[in-house]
Amino acid sequence: MAELVSHPDEVKIVSKRFGRGATGIDRYLELDGYKAVQKALGMQPDGIINEVKNSGLRGRGGAGFNTGMKWSFVPKQSPKPKYVLCNGDESEPGTCKDRLIFEHDPHAVIEGVVIAGIAVGSHTGYIYIRGEYRYLSNIMQQAIKDAYARGFLGKNIFGSGYDFDVYWHGGAGAYEVGEESALMESLEGKRGIPRIRPPFPAVVGLWGGPTVINNAETLASVPHIILGGAEWYASLGPAKNGGTRLFCLSGHLNRPGVYELPMGYNLKKMIHEVGGGIPDGQNLKAVVPGGSSTPVLSADEIDVAMDFDSMMKAGSMLGSGGVVVLDETTCMVKFALRTIKFYQHESCGWCIPCREGTDWLKKTLTRFHAGGGLKKDIDNMYYLSENMLGRTFCPLGDAAAMPTMAFIKKFRKEFEDHLEGRPCPFEKEGAVEQLPVMA
Amino acid sequence: MADVNITVDGKKVTAPAGTLLIEACKSVGIEVPSFCYYPGLSLQGACRMCLVKIEKIPKLQTACTTVISEGMTVTTTSDEVRQARKSMVELLLGNHPLDCPVCDAGGECELQDMTFAYGAAESKYMEAKNHKDEQQWSPVVYFDRPRCILCYRCVRVCGEGMDVWALGVQNRGVVSIIAPNKEDHLECEECGMCIDICPVGALTSGAYRYKTRPWEMKHVGTICTHCGDGCKTTLGVRRSDTGMEIVRGDNRDKSGINGDFLCIKGRYAFDFADSAERLNQPLIRKEGRLTPSTWEEAFELVGKHFAEIRDKEGGQAIGVIGSNRTTNEENYLLSKFARVVLKTNNLDHHRTADFPAFVAALTGKLDITASMRDVFNAPAILLIGNNPTDQHPLLGWQIRNNVRLHRARLYVINTLPIKLRRQAANFTQIPAGTEGKVAAFLAGQDSVAEALASESTSRENWIALRDKLRGEQNLIIIFGSEIRGNDIEVLVKFGSAIPGAKFVCLGDYANSRGAADMGLYPDLLPGYHRVADNGKFHREWGGIPTTPGLNLPQMVDAAKAGKLQALYVVGSNPIGRFGIDPFAFSKSFVVVQDMFLTETALMADVVLPAANAYEKSGTFTNTCDDLQLIKKAGEVTDTKTDFEMIVRIADAMGFDVRKLVHFGGGGTRADMGQSRGAQSGEADQHGVWLEAHGLEPKMSPFDPMAILDEIQRLVPGYDVSRMNLLAGNDQHTNLAGSGPSTLHNPELIVPANDGLFSSGTLGRYSRTLNSVIENRHREPAETEVAAD
Amino acid sequence: MTFSDQFESRFAEMLSHYPTKRSVLVPTLLYAQDEVGYLSQEVIAELAQRLDLTELEVRNVISYYSMLTTKPRGKYNLQVCTNISCMLRGAEEIFDWCRQRLDIDHKGTTADGLFSLEEVECIGACSWAPAMQVNYDFHENLTVEKMDTILDEYKNRGMQ
Repeated sequence: MAELVSHPDEVKIVSKRFGRGATGIDRYLELDGYKAVQKALGMQPDGIINEVKNSGLRGRGGAGFNTGMKWSFVPKQSPKPKYVLCNGDESEPGTCKDRLIFEHDPHAVIEGVVIAGIAVGSHTGYIYIRGEYRYLSNIMQQAIKDAYARGFLGKNIFGSGYDFDVYWHGGAGAYEVGEESALMESLEGKRGIPRIRPPFPAVVGLWGGPTVINNAETLASVPHIILGGAEWYASLGPAKNGGTRLFCLSGHLNRPGVYELPMGYNLKKMIHEVGGGIPDGQNLKAVVPGGSSTPVLSADEIDVAMDFDSMMKAGSMLGSGGVVVLDETTCMVKFALRTIKFYQHESCGWCIPCREGTDWLKKTLTRFHAGGGLKKDIDNMYYLSENMLGRTFCPLGDAAAMPTMAFIKKFRKEFEDHLEGRPCPFEKEGAVEQLPVMA
Repeated sequence: MADVNITVDGKKVTAPAGTLLIEACKSVGIEVPSFCYYPGLSLQGACRMCLVKIEKIPKLQTACTTVISEGMTVTTTSDEVRQARKSMVELLLGNHPLDCPVCDAGGECELQDMTFAYGAAESKYMEAKNHKDEQQWSPVVYFDRPRCILCYRCVRVCGEGMDVWALGVQNRGVVSIIAPNKEDHLECEECGMCIDICPVGALTSGAYRYKTRPWEMKHVGTICTHCGDGCKTTLGVRRSDTGMEIVRGDNRDKSGINGDFLCIKGRYAFDFADSAERLNQPLIRKEGRLTPSTWEEAFELVGKHFAEIRDKEGGQAIGVIGSNRTTNEENYLLSKFARVVLKTNNLDHHRTADFPAFVAALTGKLDITASMRDVFNAPAILLIGNNPTDQHPLLGWQIRNNVRLHRARLYVINTLPIKLRRQAANFTQIPAGTEGKVAAFLAGQDSVAEALASESTSRENWIALRDKLRGEQNLIIIFGSEIRGNDIEVLVKFGSAIPGAKFVCLGDYANSRGAADMGLYPDLLPGYHRVADNGKFHREWGGIPTTPGLNLPQMVDAAKAGKLQALYVVGSNPIGRFGIDPFAFSKSFVVVQDMFLTETALMADVVLPAANAYEKSGTFTNTCDDLQLIKKAGEVTDTKTDFEMIVRIADAMGFDVRKLVHFGGGGTRADMGQSRGAQSGEADQHGVWLEAHGLEPKMSPFDPMAILDEIQRLVPGYDVSRMNLLAGNDQHTNLAGSGPSTLHNPELIVPANDGLFSSGTLGRYSRTLNSVIENRHREPAETEVAAD
Repeated sequence: MTFSDQFESRFAEMLSHYPTKRSVLVPTLLYAQDEVGYLSQEVIAELAQRLDLTELEVRNVISYYSMLTTKPRGKYNLQVCTNISCMLRGAEEIFDWCRQRLDIDHKGTTADGLFSLEEVECIGACSWAPAMQVNYDFHENLTVEKMDTILDEYKNRGMQ
């Protein structure tokens, strides 16, 4: 459905089967499908974990935790069943990569789940796909069925004596469910309220059993690592940032699309060469580099390598791979408002700072953008965000606070330009209803 | 568990492994604020008020979810922590309405307190506040959405604590809301726990809202007068036209055996006390009609008739009916008055349990009855008969939460699938009336196993159950009035073989146990001392009749035969309760002391308006034998306590009241308020100290403490610490070893069968209970639903 | 109440996927909603009973998820994403156009019951923005002109 693009700088690994009919199991097998899992079945579980650890594969959901490390936290012995849970609840604004994986290469996800299962000694995996992606859920259900039919899933997979079941699961519209403990709650049929941690899912997860939770792209990368080897995968990116990742280029670009580029690829190049630069002869104003929750970079901050550590150093985050490009005509106040409106809508409401903070920020930004702002609002919004940061029940509060603080810090001037009853300078006249100035 | 050492604000703290940081801090007097944390309920980590700094962890951590670990170094007072707390309050106050001046919780609101202690004086919030109109969820529960701070305490106490699960959380984000189980209203046990546990004014009580400001009330911690469990209830009282009005009941004083718990009756059904139908002057039948009169005329008339009949016909021509809701002192006094003054053993009361048989079965055993506190801590409980959820709500709470918090093993044997089966490790349903067979089987009579075996419970199941029970230790065996007479002895025989086993015999009213213990029986004196045995009571009280008197049905027969010339009814309604022919006593001179014109009072020659248990001092014994002090809270002028009335009648009969109540001595003359309750008089407020120094005054013949002296001296098992009692602590009595050895008319036992919303006569006059019942009738029948 | 055979077989199969019954709740609610059009009291009672839950618990869950609704919606539910990537490429115009063309607001339904309109959060079509979903079908790289055609198509389909 979604259009595919390509660029010579791309290193196609996760996307190598995109557009090649790999949803069909036979075609998938032709394209090296299910080789990795068979190889893994011949390996020691610790060997698999080490391979993934050494590959430098880091969580593609956004947090960027070393995947092999995460697996190693699962206890070897457990009285309760262990589970593998694939997080396909892709909802971070600016991110549309898992969708392509499910659409074009569902078996790779299944394979990744099984390998993770073998590595941690689990026999059951779930693939959670967001409710809006109904057509992908259908594709996945068919893929699972096909894999069962071939004996790749179920009892005695590939004649190895190892049993492994994979089931699909669907959401029903909630960003918060992308948070791993909320994801488990949702899978258990509950409201998507995160759980208290510790204990972490690797120790106490689904139905109390140890659970590995990985993003769909992460798991889809695993078979390639098993086949290609840790060394090869690690060498594709800078130190500790192995491999490639799918970057979702969106916003003001000539060639938006999902591109698979090596970790550490230069952001500036990504925008101007891969993404084809800014349309209509406009100049770049800012980039949200890793989904809406990552702090914005101004135009002069984009000469930076797109890997987890470099982005951290640059004061932002690599996040989920959603690169949103903003040209000069964009009102940053409005952009900040739309961002916070999202978090206000998606806050689960469990804890005070996120529930109240996002609502407060949304209200103030709405008033502010409409010309009813006061100078002290700017500091107050910063103050609120600062006080949400690091104090909420789950990272959603941070996801709302971090970008807000960056917008204010880096584009304060634009906020000030909205003061004293002036309508938004970026809007056509009359587009924004003017509010009376408050005393 | 091993101890763990941590440092908090430079202070060394040692606490058992597994302790939560917030509790460890509390143990050394360091307050870590919190809304959502509530001891005994599941952890939330939602309000973020308890964030503290733990060394080596970059982010602030919630003290309510952090388990202490060796060497942990914690700071609760740094600028960072202070700022975090301040900002949480600021954020909360954003959408929170500042209607504190009219909010019920104003003055006792945790958000106010937190704002005062940690919050900012200045408000940065300039936006419109989210609003939603207030909703009424039931006759007693109102919900004011904007005030709710979403601490989820109500949801948890309803679900986890009550096992009702009537509240949920709906929507998400800032529009998250607490929701009732029937969309726009509640169908629940109406316990009101959600209201009491609400830290703000979001959940308010239909019985109390907008009536007063909290600081205008005086609070009296006393014992609930409804069922036999003996919950402590804190009554908020204020002056009114007719004395002292009770405005609110709650359990803010969590020192009682009920801890957090109160049911609908304890919380709201104090309102019978200011029913418009309350009697407030003596009535004397003149020309066939009950006519208002004066106390002097009434006492004179009663005294004259009683004395004449006694002197002419002998004491056996007079009958006395006592109460399950009068104090131990009143019951004891009545028992003594009947025997010593009226010279009769024709004395009875509404029996709801076979306490005499129970006490007899326990003869010679020490430490064999379980206290209400024991029920919360026992490792295993066997419940035969009764439905505590309805009939003994506190007992139900204790059992339920013992299972939940301490993983106690509960065995339930009942003729119905009662709600407590949900907590039971083993539930066995039996045909009605076979409880006695169960006792026999448990005690080893295998031959009844066939009779008990059913489709759902085979003979083997029964044997397995018995084996399991035999393998328990410190088992508490609780049984309802279905087990009576000889069956009690059989059950006790079974239990006695289990190491550490204890028993609870369930009686129904607030002082049913006290009525039995104080000898409101025709054949038993206080302490189940047989009238025929010439013992200490005969010596102390002087010449008392030694032939057992008439029980209630016998008195009715005697009255019909014209042999019962006088009947003295104290706080009881035998005609209404037992369906006795109202004209049975038409030939007798009938005196009734009551709050209301009951069916019995209607037939009386003299009706004396009585105070209830909320309007007097004394003690109650609950169904678990816990002795507790009741304190005077309310007052309705022109009523008198039953205690005073008994003494006044004795006086009017020409009896020396000093022989009835051993008061005074030492030349003190003034009544320092001992008999007038907590709100007046120094003596009462200083009772504990006075007692400790041997100075407790008993300066009037109306002082129940004088009779308590006698009870403690003469009734076995009641020699508990007086100081603890006066301090408001429950004291477990131990009556074992003093009972009769013969069967004791088990057929006279009639269970009250009160449910959650009924409470005998008291319930009939409670507006709140009636409104809840009416409201229920408007709705389709409730079907029990499974919980999570 | 009765659901389609397809629903029933999926429901039965899903029950076997989990150690607890209620785990099927969220996807089942969505499938039930697809059949009935919304989550009626009847559906809630039925699923509560099947999964050993209280109706309250089912409602608690429904109200959490933004795709689930207890009120009827139009046959075609237009879910226009206006989140950042779409906003940058004119999503607001698309949404406004829908409002005017259908004469309904956010969460409104046309009088003929054919269309509902919803402004939704990111639907994962950022690189093909602006985008919307009509029920479950994606429509991407939208323009006002394209919208005309799309809406007409649905209208025709709906009239048949």
